[in-house]
Amino acid sequence: MDYASKLSLMVSVVAVFFGVLLLIFFLAAKAKGKAQTPLARLIFLGPAALLVTIGLVIPAIQTTYFSFYNSDGNKFVGAKNYSWIFTTPDNWVFLRNTALWIVITPILSTILGLTLALLMDRMKRESLPKSLIFMPMAISFVGASIIWGLVYEYRDPAETQVGLLSAVVSAFGIEPPNWLLWQPWNNFLLMVIMIWIQTGFAMVVLSAAIKAIPTDVTEAAMLDGATGWNLFRKVTVPMIRGTLVVVLTTIAIGVLKVFDIVRTMTNGNFGTQVLANEMYAQAFVQFDKGRGSALAVVLFVAVIPLIVYNVVQLRKEQSIR
Amino acid sequence: MSVETPGVAAKLEEAMLAPEADHSGMSSALRRNLSSPWATAFVIILTILWTIPTLGLLITSLRPSELASDTGWWTVITNPVFTLQNYSEVISGGDTIPGGIAPYFINSFVISIPAALIPLTLALMAAYALAWVPFKFSNAIFLGIFALQVVPLQMALLPLLQLYNLGWFGLPSLKEMVQAIPVLGTWVWPAGGTSFVPMWISHTMFALPLAIFLLHNFISQLPRDLFEAARVDGASHFLIFRRIVLPLSVPAIASFAIFQFLWVWNDLLVALTFAGGTVATAPVTVYLSAIKGTYGAQLHLITAGAFIAIIIPLIVFFSLQRFFVRGLLAGSVKG
Amino acid sequence: MSVPVRRRSAAIVGGVAAALLLAACGGSGSGDNTTSAAPSSTNTDPACADYASYGSYPGTKVTIFTSILPPEQQKFESSWAQFEKCTGIDVVYEGSDQFEAQLPTRIQGGNAPDIAFIPQPGLLQKLVQQGGPKAAPQTVAANVDQFWNPAWKAYGTVNDTFYAAPLGSNMKSFVWYSPKVFAEKGYEVPTTWDAMFQLSDKMAADGIKPWCGGIESGGATGWPATDWIEQLVLRQQGGDVYDQWISHEVLFASPQIQEAFTTLEGWMRNPKYANAGFGDTKTIATTAFQDAGKPILSAKCGMLQQASFYAAQWPSFKKDVTIAEDGDIFAFYLPQIKADIPTPIVGGGEFVTAFADRPEVQAFQAYLSSDTFATLKVAAGGWVSANSGVPLETYTDPISQLSAKYLTDANATFRFDASDLMPAQVGAGSFWKEMTAFFAENKSVQATTEAIDASWPS
Repeated sequence: MDYASKLSLMVSVVAVFFGVLLLIFFLAAKAKGKAQTPLARLIFLGPAALLVTIGLVIPAIQTTYFSFYNSDGNKFVGAKNYSWIFTTPDNWVFLRNTALWIVITPILSTILGLTLALLMDRMKRESLPKSLIFMPMAISFVGASIIWGLVYEYRDPAETQVGLLSAVVSAFGIEPPNWLLWQPWNNFLLMVIMIWIQTGFAMVVLSAAIKAIPTDVTEAAMLDGATGWNLFRKVTVPMIRGTLVVVLTTIAIGVLKVFDIVRTMTNGNFGTQVLANEMYAQAFVQFDKGRGSALAVVLFVAVIPLIVYNVVQLRKEQSIR
Repeated sequence: MSVETPGVAAKLEEAMLAPEADHSGMSSALRRNLSSPWATAFVIILTILWTIPTLGLLITSLRPSELASDTGWWTVITNPVFTLQNYSEVISGGDTIPGGIAPYFINSFVISIPAALIPLTLALMAAYALAWVPFKFSNAIFLGIFALQVVPLQMALLPLLQLYNLGWFGLPSLKEMVQAIPVLGTWVWPAGGTSFVPMWISHTMFALPLAIFLLHNFISQLPRDLFEAARVDGASHFLIFRRIVLPLSVPAIASFAIFQFLWVWNDLLVALTFAGGTVATAPVTVYLSAIKGTYGAQLHLITAGAFIAIIIPLIVFFSLQRFFVRGLLAGSVKG
Repeated sequence: MSVPVRRRSAAIVGGVAAALLLAACGGSGSGDNTTSAAPSSTNTDPACADYASYGSYPGTKVTIFTSILPPEQQKFESSWAQFEKCTGIDVVYEGSDQFEAQLPTRIQGGNAPDIAFIPQPGLLQKLVQQGGPKAAPQTVAANVDQFWNPAWKAYGTVNDTFYAAPLGSNMKSFVWYSPKVFAEKGYEVPTTWDAMFQLSDKMAADGIKPWCGGIESGGATGWPATDWIEQLVLRQQGGDVYDQWISHEVLFASPQIQEAFTTLEGWMRNPKYANAGFGDTKTIATTAFQDAGKPILSAKCGMLQQASFYAAQWPSFKKDVTIAEDGDIFAFYLPQIKADIPTPIVGGGEFVTAFADRPEVQAFQAYLSSDTFATLKVAAGGWVSANSGVPLETYTDPISQLSAKYLTDANATFRFDASDLMPAQVGAGSFWKEMTAFFAENKSVQATTEAIDASWPS
């Protein structure tokens, strides 16, 4: 297909999609009486519900099913895959790392993002630093891994260091370690990449939330004598609490699922393995459907506390409203 | 919420009740408290730290091969030698990748634009229904959709591929259904070839949970009176959707559209599975991943390819970023 | 072993040769009907006379999926361009660095390619169990019988059914060195194992670290180190133990296999010897295999054990590099260790596996196993065939010539890359991972071998 054909295909698809939608809206709006609301509900909710069921619910059920089967998915093995996950000593490495990732990355990204949002809120030229810090969000993981490969590159101390971090450390007269082998700190070096990507996200969202705090709230607080840190702790944080939760959750879920960074930087070697990459390796490199599925289920279950917390938070807000 | 002073508590409550209230940032006193040269210095240092790695990529991509592999990129300060040779080699593809990068770019656009617009529209519709046409299970469905964010999409790849090519439960496959469309079918999905259709549908499916979640948060905060008044006037849900929800949600829509565009543009896994690696449908991330293997040790070419691949997201991002600040995420952003 | 394959450009051994055509006419069974189909009456181009026996299939398409990426892709495409023209078949080539992960997914997802070039017999076996590969047509089998060492046919056979004809081959038992530097320093190319280590000591005394190595390879990190173990096992224990090791009758933790690990410890994990140009021996784990040989050109490293396909890397270090016995870079045969195990050779290659049996697919399979194809592909350079029908003089570059010489040596102890034959959990899993830890963490021989044994699927 040539370019023109591809582009006209794209335009046609978008046009057909909206055309059909408008037609349905037009026809359904003619419905009268009792049927009107249920019909609207069906039309509004139906397509999304159907797609989500096909694309996510059914695969999730299938995955759970296969997690109790052998590597080829044709023999029931009970909880064997799960006991493999938790009783193999080597697996503790990725369980530990995953726990570290999910605690450290969202918290650091959020703290940095919040600090930046607060500091920039009163800066005159906030748009340039904001753009630059948010920029990594627009870079793919493949691109990010090439960028950070340049930073962590290590050469023999006898040679010229071409990696930025090695060169900086050498400039201080310290012999640089081989960064990606430097256990357990190499885990943190990989987390830096994720923090680099996510801080901008946290900053932008939190900045919007801070700007949304009504002026009279802060003024009232100050009339009551709140200043500086107190004001931040007692007014700003409670006012943006909902946003904080959303930011933390979104980053945490992203972190749990991320495997690109680990896969491209170390492939999970040198004590840097994480759950999502182990799952990918089991399912797609070693063709062990059972173990891959069981790891996916563990991943799923690991996020449940986050979901529950969000639900509780949501309920609270609804009850206030 | 631990607010000690009653005055503040009252104000807070008021803000909760009317989150769309007029606001113009933090008060001047708080600004003063935080404004110090130290704060400015901190922001500047962090900004520099955040930018340096990407700058390193850009500079490396502009250096001749020998220098790029044997000296640090920062040595350009003392030895400013630049070349565009790497870029011309990557763009033309030379004898390594015939046709160069251009067709992959087109593919990325053809994939990303519908894959941003379609889920956005469907999510907005669903979010409206869940927020303003409530029924018994609205809450449960909303939470269920929220929870679906955690399904590792790797696990959905194989079942979906089967749906597209083999069909589920003995039903015809998506491919057969599309190809059965008279005249246009084989234009959309060439026989024996790859199509963009699976990409659009898959990205839509994977995007919906987060899109519904964020847009619901935004829409549910629109003032109740608007909807009630419209219903009293006899407006249908479809009219309300078009006349009230759509215009009022523009910041949220714009913001999510940009996000979704970036995600789709940057995706590799879905593309590898559904678009394959041929020039017919593969996006630019597949190209980038391939040259990483092909060029091996040739850092100057890999970096040039990488920079070309990230330039469009960067342009989209820099030109539309003001939407973020006002934008959508404001939806998730309530007190 | 996925990623490495795309680098295995060099060696092919197998031109199947003219016999194909004869076989096609004389064969019986379903397969040959297609290749002996009526010659095209539409194509009168005299250059198509040689292709007439394949038949004519205008407007048809055959898709190929492989891990071999550009620039090798162009050489493949040019060597079947005439075939496409004469038969009317459009061959669509797709190379991916995610081949091994993508192929099974696509097969199960109903999106299988018509033909895949599979570098791992172990993967072929797995795919056959799950269903998908089609048995090779009679014409192809006849060619393979005539031109290949039976071992090659066995690697393409599962449960007595022959599925996949060999395509390219590569020679893994090479040591790369710089003839220029050797001449300057007065080093001799070693022909015995002991001489190689005497040379290593001499280099070390001269202040040149003798060995460099790199095993980083993205998702396949560790594979070059598995090759080192395979070289040692075959040299120290011979073919029988090597085969039992693949079937896990001989454990990794057995004394025989541990001997190879211990030897490797004194060789590539010896701080006196490695890792030249990169740092301590731990850097072997973080150095990209593509980069590993670079210090040889600047005389910082003496030798690199790598396969024939590594020839493709040198021009990326130095544009006008000469690869020849008197040039910048060349390779010598990694010497044998025991006299009673003659010329041990570890090799690799790809197998042409079909997932469709449409006539045009079978015609193309037949072509790929023909002499016409093999000769054209060999002439394009940088590629070796284990096919005895390709005349040695077809090889244009000295490395391919040398590889072909060893790969067609009837007295050699030839074995296929063991990790490619082991179950994926080991061959594409723990073996890679543990070899990486062996270098990165100085893991002990005992702990390394036991960990690999523990991962063997029951």
